[in-house]
Amino acid sequence: MIPAPFDYLTATSAAHALDLLGEHGEDAKLLAGGHSLLPMMKLRLAAPEVLIDLRRVTELSGISSDGDELVIGAMTRHAELAASALVRDGAPLLAHAAAQVGDPQIRHRGTIGGSLAHADPAADLPMALVALGGSVELRGPAGIRTVAADDFFTGYFETVLGPDELLAAVRVPSAPGQPWGYQKFTRRANDWAIVGAAATGGRIALANMGPVPVRALAAERAAAGGASAAEAAQLAAEGTSPGEDIHADRAFRQHLARVLTRRALEHERG
Amino acid sequence: MQVNLTVNGKPRSDDVEPRLLLVHYLREHLGLRAANVGCDTTSCGACTVLLDGKSVKSCTVLTAQAAGQEVTTAEGLGDGDSLSPVQAAFRQEHGLQCGFCTPGMVMAATGLLAENPHPTETQVREGLEGNFCRCTGYHNIVRAVLAAAAAGSVESAEAGQ
Repeated sequence: MIPAPFDYLTATSAAHALDLLGEHGEDAKLLAGGHSLLPMMKLRLAAPEVLIDLRRVTELSGISSDGDELVIGAMTRHAELAASALVRDGAPLLAHAAAQVGDPQIRHRGTIGGSLAHADPAADLPMALVALGGSVELRGPAGIRTVAADDFFTGYFETVLGPDELLAAVRVPSAPGQPWGYQKFTRRANDWAIVGAAATGGRIALANMGPVPVRALAAERAAAGGASAAEAAQLAAEGTSPGEDIHADRAFRQHLARVLTRRALEHERG
Repeated sequence: MQVNLTVNGKPRSDDVEPRLLLVHYLREHLGLRAANVGCDTTSCGACTVLLDGKSVKSCTVLTAQAAGQEVTTAEGLGDGDSLSPVQAAFRQEHGLQCGFCTPGMVMAATGLLAENPHPTETQVREGLEGNFCRCTGYHNIVRAVLAAAAAGSVESAEAGQ
């Protein structure tokens, strides 16, 4: 499978990438690791006329501490995220989630910014960001705006990211020692979640239970009110209307959400 | 567009289409046919090569993205007729059946051992998660990688003496 023809441009800085985006508009797509975009282009589900490669934009890489938050450059690859001492210490759920993405080769290429901007509701990192209550820094011609994870995802493969903006960095709370639980149900070892559940710090997020990674709010409230993991998890699927496909119908996904939430809460509570 | 990169230690400079995938560049432009096109969907790992020492699936990398970087294919392992430790271990342990997945397996294993020279059996199995053997010959493949790791330990111990 061969992508449709396109022009390939290499951005040298974030400002340069924004200039190129402004010049080419909706015909252009930003290329990070390319592990969501290139498969779509090979299937001709996407056919941008211009690719703007961010691989030389060093200011979009790197992981640092900023007060009680970790700041993760959008071009940070999954393998780097999983191996980072800062992330493993301050946001171990995120390091674990990064290690669940695809397989080693995919983790060598895929980036956190690319995964979040792609916004697949079945993916690991969007669910992890929502569970952690993190945020994203979006850089555009007018400057930088910070959007909470809960407000970033708007639909299947859709976010609030504007056509003239780039996702520059990801912020997550740094909470060393805070317990967490992470569950992912798949049929194949390296697949997307049929359903996923992640719990930490009183928040519970679900993957593939709707068009965006969703919070299990009823279960969160029950857990906060002193319910056992099993009792709270019974409410995990409340208000969800997951899609149906060859892997699972709606009732099975809701069953999985309850089971995986219970396991995630049990793991979190040790 | 002009792309400059290094393949198996040799500098290359070629005029390619931006949409040319790395696996097609290697196979069709350079005649390096070890990396196979299997699933063509980033799943099977038959096209695995090393990019700056890290395993990647070359069906999902543009040649343009590899510019300025070092690509290693199975042809670049070993030295002439002498096999690399991983290649030798695959032969010794019969870590192949039909052979289609083998170049990708060998490259993924080479990348894995570079990152973790002494993996456990579980780490080998997880480290090869991105490579499918449709003959289901996994047991001997895992045995081969463990044998290569053990051989590497002996070599480095001898080199240290």
